[in-house]
Amino acid sequence: MSSPIFSREYLQRCSFIELNARERAKSLFDPGTGRELAEPFDRIESPWLAIQGVTPQADDGCIVMRGTIGGNKATVIAFNGPFQGGGIGEVSGAKLTAALDLACRDNEKGSQTSAVLLLETGGVRLQEANLGLAAVAEIISSIIALRRYAPVISVIAGPVGCFGGMSLAAGVSSYIVMTPEGRLGLNGPEVIEEESGVEEFDASDRSLIWSIFGGQQRYEQGLADVLVNDDTDRMVNTVRELIAKGVPAVHRSEQVDLYRSRIAALDPSTQWEPKQLHSWPSWSAGSLARPTSRSEGPATGNKEKEQ
Amino acid sequence: MSKFTGVRGRVWFKALTGQASSMPGDPHSVLIADAPIGEDKARFLCVVPDPDGRFPCARRGEVGLEEAYTLAARVREAIDADKDSAKRPIIAIVDVKSQAYGRREETAGIHLAAAAAADAYATARFAGHPVIALIVGQAISGGFLTHGYQANRLLAFDDDGVLIHAMHKEPAARITRRTVAQLEKLAETVTPLSYNVRDYAKLGLLYKLLHVSNAEHPNAEDVSLVRQEVSAAIQDARKASPDLSNRIESEAARVVRRASRLARARLEEQWNH
Repeated sequence: MSSPIFSREYLQRCSFIELNARERAKSLFDPGTGRELAEPFDRIESPWLAIQGVTPQADDGCIVMRGTIGGNKATVIAFNGPFQGGGIGEVSGAKLTAALDLACRDNEKGSQTSAVLLLETGGVRLQEANLGLAAVAEIISSIIALRRYAPVISVIAGPVGCFGGMSLAAGVSSYIVMTPEGRLGLNGPEVIEEESGVEEFDASDRSLIWSIFGGQQRYEQGLADVLVNDDTDRMVNTVRELIAKGVPAVHRSEQVDLYRSRIAALDPSTQWEPKQLHSWPSWSAGSLARPTSRSEGPATGNKEKEQ
Repeated sequence: MSKFTGVRGRVWFKALTGQASSMPGDPHSVLIADAPIGEDKARFLCVVPDPDGRFPCARRGEVGLEEAYTLAARVREAIDADKDSAKRPIIAIVDVKSQAYGRREETAGIHLAAAAAADAYATARFAGHPVIALIVGQAISGGFLTHGYQANRLLAFDDDGVLIHAMHKEPAARITRRTVAQLEKLAETVTPLSYNVRDYAKLGLLYKLLHVSNAEHPNAEDVSLVRQEVSAAIQDARKASPDLSNRIESEAARVVRRASRLARARLEEQWNH
């Protein structure tokens, strides 16, 4: 709280969130190396939207690029939040899965290639319902296949956030990077309010939403690896360092006993104050380090395993 | 649609394993047993309603935090136990209403719990375990992603009580600003929107539709047929690639998922210029 809001640094930064999906993807590559694949001129559109009166987009809201990041081969797949809420359709899902599979094939041939997912998505695109859901299952499978060889990094910058089935895709990633403007969860507030009532979740309560889903909270509770302020240079450095860091010894979603024991220790008879979960029982037991670093680059990653 | 989600899950779990109990220390909403099928001894897993469950939003057959982590733990237990021996088949009996829609769930990170379960099933598949999903009732949204959708082979009953979808009809209609009647009408021509399992079968994702005479009260013949079909799926999965490529290579997928195949082909052509 000590520095003024409009500090010099703040004013001079280049916002990452304000970039569109294509610019975001491009910004991560070493200059001149980012090359787009299956670009809009290839016109691979969703075959399901026009028949429902929805205008399709020539890239189906998914941008795939290849190039190098910090000298390492990488593919970046970015979702375009403003198009159908970044919803996963047949084509956008197939593009992501194909990029992951091709990166996996390169790794199998000995050429290490990492993947960076820029997730701005509400989940499955409901106009393509079952093909969207099927695509998410395939995406999850392909991330798990690829991350054996090279890191898969999920970036949730905002403003849409990452919800629905794609939160599982983030969950199985090697690393999750968030900004304070990013949000991560399976069910969005509106869905919970609709399904379980306003007593369960008041979707008009902005501070409640951010206190649960927001990047700061997800980082503090150990569900995101790095918290980065909205600054393109910092984002680029963070992604670069995580790629250089390589595959973690154990992925977060493999640490079943740890997270299961945390759930077992919670008392579900009341709602919890989200901050309570900053020091979940296994942390307060004293043996495990709390997250420490933020925004200065990749922090401690999956802290649990380091103990 | 069955008014009693989870009834079918329990019925079929019992029919195939001869029991319907949880493993020690597990929540009562997750049934798990190792039981013979064909020449194999398989691990069966099923999520069922538990009105006395600890979490209020996960008592009616939803997959919640405890259910997801239990599935993950028990699948990983089988992977570890079979590390140096024959990989036992893993059979997910699917009748899940949805994921749990609750504030506690989101606060505690249900997305990670769901990811951990999907991860465990996929890891089992890549390790060489035949993973089969037997869809006997509902398979909805995050519930299905968590429990079943990572299987090598998907089997479903050809039955009105089977519902495989990204979202229940009413909310899906609301969110896409349609009436349920409009959505139903549209679903007649837009295959991925359909709530009918026979339309789902046209997408090319299913390995097989199974015809049983009574999905809620199966007779001996029904059970024997399902055993045979599950065994056949296990054998088929063992011979094939452990990835999910069968879902895009199938005959039906070549028709309905043309756009997916085109996107893949284009990326492959351009990957190395």
